[in-house]
Amino acid sequence: MNSYDITLLILLPTLLIACTPFAGSWLVRVLEGEIPSGLRWLGKIERSLYNLIGVAPEAEMTWKEYAVALLCFNAVGCGLLAVMLMCQGVLPLNPQGLAGLSPALAINTAVSFTTNTNWQAYSGENTLSYFSQMLGLGVQNFLSAATGIAVLAALARGLRNAGAEALGNFWADLKRATLYVLIPLSFVLALVLVSQGVVMSFDGYAHVRTLEGAPQVIPLGPAASQVAIKQIGTNGGGFFGANSAHPFENPTPLSHFLQLFAILLLPAACVDAFGRMTKAHKHAWALLLVMGCLLATAVGLSLYAETHPPAAMGEIARALPMEGKETRHGVVASVVWAQATTAASSGSTNAAHGSLSPLSGGIATLNMLVGEIVFGGVGSGLYGMVMMVVLTVFLAGLMVGRTPEYLGKKIESREVCLAAVAVLLPCGLVLAGCVASFCTSAGGAAIGSHGPHAVTEVLYAWASLVNNNGSAIGSLDAGAPFYLWAGSFAMIAGRFLVIVPVLMFAGGMAGKRHAAASSGTFPTDGALFSALLAGMILIIAALTYFPALTIGPVLEHLLAAAGRTF
Amino acid sequence: MKPNQASSWNREIVGRACLDALRKLSPSSLWRNPVILLTAVGALAVTGDVLLKLAGGALDGFALQIALWLWFTVLFANFSEAIAEGRGKAQADSLKRTRTKTVARLLRDDQETPTAATDLRKGDRVVCEAGDVIPADGEVVEGIASVDESAITGESAPVIRESGGDRAAVTGGTRVLSDRILVEVTAEPGSGFIDRMIGLVEGATRQKTPNEIALGILLTSLTLVFAGVCLALPAFARFSEAQSGGAGKVDTSLAVMIALFVCLIPTTIGGLLSAIGISGIDRLVRRNVIATSGRAVEAAGDIDVLLLDKTGTITLGNRQAADLLPMPGVSLERLAEAAYLASLADETPEGRSIVALCREKLAGRRVEGDDWRTTFVPFTAQTRMSGVDLVTPAQTIRTIRKGAVDSMRNWVAGRGRPLPAELTSASEAVARSGGTPLAVAVDAEIVGIIHLKDIVKPGIKERFAELRRMGIRTVMITGDNPVTAAAIAAEAGVDDFLAQATPEMKLARIRQEQQAGHLVAMTGDGTNDAPALAQADVGVAMNTGTQAAREAGNMVDLDSNPTKLIEIVGIGKQLLITRGSLTTFSLANDVAKYFAIIPAMFAGLYATQGSAGPLSALNVMGLSSPQSAILSAVIFNALIIIALVPLALRGVAYQAGKAEALLARNLFIYGLGGVIAPFVGIKLIDLTIHSLGLA
Repeated sequence: MNSYDITLLILLPTLLIACTPFAGSWLVRVLEGEIPSGLRWLGKIERSLYNLIGVAPEAEMTWKEYAVALLCFNAVGCGLLAVMLMCQGVLPLNPQGLAGLSPALAINTAVSFTTNTNWQAYSGENTLSYFSQMLGLGVQNFLSAATGIAVLAALARGLRNAGAEALGNFWADLKRATLYVLIPLSFVLALVLVSQGVVMSFDGYAHVRTLEGAPQVIPLGPAASQVAIKQIGTNGGGFFGANSAHPFENPTPLSHFLQLFAILLLPAACVDAFGRMTKAHKHAWALLLVMGCLLATAVGLSLYAETHPPAAMGEIARALPMEGKETRHGVVASVVWAQATTAASSGSTNAAHGSLSPLSGGIATLNMLVGEIVFGGVGSGLYGMVMMVVLTVFLAGLMVGRTPEYLGKKIESREVCLAAVAVLLPCGLVLAGCVASFCTSAGGAAIGSHGPHAVTEVLYAWASLVNNNGSAIGSLDAGAPFYLWAGSFAMIAGRFLVIVPVLMFAGGMAGKRHAAASSGTFPTDGALFSALLAGMILIIAALTYFPALTIGPVLEHLLAAAGRTF
Repeated sequence: MKPNQASSWNREIVGRACLDALRKLSPSSLWRNPVILLTAVGALAVTGDVLLKLAGGALDGFALQIALWLWFTVLFANFSEAIAEGRGKAQADSLKRTRTKTVARLLRDDQETPTAATDLRKGDRVVCEAGDVIPADGEVVEGIASVDESAITGESAPVIRESGGDRAAVTGGTRVLSDRILVEVTAEPGSGFIDRMIGLVEGATRQKTPNEIALGILLTSLTLVFAGVCLALPAFARFSEAQSGGAGKVDTSLAVMIALFVCLIPTTIGGLLSAIGISGIDRLVRRNVIATSGRAVEAAGDIDVLLLDKTGTITLGNRQAADLLPMPGVSLERLAEAAYLASLADETPEGRSIVALCREKLAGRRVEGDDWRTTFVPFTAQTRMSGVDLVTPAQTIRTIRKGAVDSMRNWVAGRGRPLPAELTSASEAVARSGGTPLAVAVDAEIVGIIHLKDIVKPGIKERFAELRRMGIRTVMITGDNPVTAAAIAAEAGVDDFLAQATPEMKLARIRQEQQAGHLVAMTGDGTNDAPALAQADVGVAMNTGTQAAREAGNMVDLDSNPTKLIEIVGIGKQLLITRGSLTTFSLANDVAKYFAIIPAMFAGLYATQGSAGPLSALNVMGLSSPQSAILSAVIFNALIIIALVPLALRGVAYQAGKAEALLARNLFIYGLGGVIAPFVGIKLIDLTIHSLGLA
């Protein structure tokens, strides 16, 4: 470990813990309709936007109205983006003259960016025009993150309100999250990134001649603004194919650190904001504690696995496990990033995840398989976590002999049913996706690696698609029609078949009255709760994926120990 | 029925349960339990597979053993339910024996007609004399009688039932010991008290409680996910075989896949779920409490506020006169004489205790006026005083009154007489000590105060302390003034009190507590308690109470013991705790089962000649062979159900205390224990199988 690695490992959690309360309280103020001073002038834009679409931001919505607004908005956004991508050849800001995308790729990409997945079945620099990147993908980067925040806000209101089924207004939440949170943060981060050398240019690609005399094309583009929101909004879709391993996206140690910090900031702030909105701040920090501990364990274990390859791997691998990693970042920074980006549903990468050691790759996969709730995506991580908490308090409530309650509201069969759908349906989708990959020739043909690593590759891909992470083990041919179509379906199902139950849950909870706490009530902010929740998260993932992880990463590790690598 | 200590494992009950376990194999019966239904379907499939192979001339001994143990899993689950029901049935049978074919003496137009008890309708009037069995539930409308209620309460001492009061309710099946009463029937045939008891213990009216339904949904969801895992696994296996360069290395035969599936789905809790619910009701009945539904029992576990009447619950029913406090200038004798005369006609226990105290104070002296012509003035709720009007030899009327201090004060003031200055201080002193002051006046002159003392029941303070540890706040309801109420509340250790309570105030207090998010229980017996009992989340009516109270509540305590609620709460909590703990245990078990089955299935992958294959590193239990490992897991899965039946029937122990401590304890035993126990169990079974040469 060098001094940068140590600084990173100490400074990242410290800064995150220090900034989360500020970001959380900012988020709450904004969502409650208070326009922060300094941004008042944006309020005019907000009001004119409401007038434009004829919406009253004060009108409270029921869960059904909220869900319909959300689904329609995302469907329209997705459709527009797909059309734009198909037509990019005739649209402006296309200095390279790139042609329109095929329908399958356009739809896959549109779904991917609308669902905050940012699964990329293409390489940015040779597929997309500046227009598509900025006005297409860029816009959805903001809106998909704002959608996550909106669902979080609706859930928090459902748990806080008693009696009336009022979850707030989707349009107001969406706009406030975008205007007052995502845009300012991205703006500042983009400027800093530009200062570090991230490119921001409308020029065409540079044609140069190398020292050896060979011609080289160097892609340019308006990257800095994209990179900022890709990290802030846990989107993860790189401007260039190499993502944050590319020197024009991530040139310096400072840019590396800031991007890593940006991945985790809003997911953590969302948890804090949830606690403030539901007046359960201690509970929210218990959730953060669970998330933090699980991520720290994942980082610790994978660092160990990465730096202690089996003896049979040979001397070079043991001394310098650099395969697939960017030399500027090194092993520690790559492993920390890999764990953070899979835990936080970002999916941006600074190393080839296929080159991680079997066990640290397995842990990265597990991060996604638990449902992207360890930090998770902006908003989505928290609401997914709350569904897991519901199952946990249900079991805990039974074990202390009281009808289970969450934040003072009774958990009954409807809530258990919705939480079970939100938690377990993605599990089923991942398994179904894997089966489709293994059993169809179209799915099998796209698998690029061999042995147990191929099992990991497929499992990783479906975990990433269903849980809206977006990263992949590169040997998989993501551009194959099978993955374009099946992947689109998985991303939509994994996103909205969780959001709808969450909103239904919020609506049901809003109609319930608060039960008073007594000494017989199980407290949801102590160490015991945190341990139980962590145990529940791990055991549900373990019970579902034990066989798959066994014949994937674990078998690969055991074979590597015996001298066979894939 | 006294709590029945007879073992639930006697030969008769077990024998009947074994037969019922087979009878419950019918699809219509299995249908109600999805987890066990799927196990049965799996067993059927494996059996079919074995038979098909047998038809082809090959006996698959391994699959046959799997099939047998899967059937045993189903049978064990059925058996647990049957034995829980069996205990209830044994009780119901003894109840049915008391419900004889009674012939009722139906009274119509003053004519007695012998009528079968089953033909009685609501509103009919029947005559019951000494020796008669009361034919149906009803209310005494005329007469008084001593009744033997041992058939339902197990208490052999006869109780008094009389018309027009809080002791008017009679129960069908009980026997009149003396005198003659006229009873108006209040229950239609088949819906009487004993019928309800029989229905309850037989489980016929047992519907799933809300928490049971919610848990059922969770178990079904997990079952679906495990079905997905098992359906996906062959695809993973085939792909891995292809990658490792050879087919047939992973055994994904039907028997193995179904064995894995049944081991993963929560059969333990699924199999025991209904036994837990039935035995919970059963435990309640054994404690002589009849609940209208399982839902009420579960709600009892959730209550956090308890409203109790002071009289008869916290204090002994009767207040005793403890002291006489004359006003300045009045002799003790004069006060004693006045109090004596005012109470002579007062037949209440308080009145009699005043007479006794005055006799003691007067020490045998003759009381002036004892032989004068008197008119008694009875107590009314309006005047709140009683007394006598005496005609003196001089033909003047002397009025003597006693009553609550403020009503006496108004009465005296209304006659323009001055009030002694010491009245207030003296009465407050009495009230502060927890007593009730009664003022005594002669011809509208206050002569003194009688100190009535409440006697707090021995041991009640400890009971309230236990309720507090359970997280339940107790509120005492009393008609006393606030000062007296506070003193008694402090002495009895209740958390709060409602003084000078009227039925409307009780109802309002319950609503107010519910509005604040509390679940309220209330015990009561009088007719005026009925609205409050109905409003409360859990209303426990005393069996000695009126029919109205008994119908308004959702539980009836046959022993009429108001602190029985502690036990009811305990049973409600135990129900949930047992379900939660066994679910945790069931899920934790899966870890060990995976470690037994997955290495056994996949060890052949990438195995080189003569080696065990890399995944045998996961065979941490060192099980002897793949087949033995799978068989051991299935056998463990079946046997654990039988092993846990006693726990399901008894319930996981509940101790009042902090929720966190309770959870930590249960997580340790059923969570951690659930992870470790199957590792040990499966290893032991594997050793047995190996030594017997079964696999």
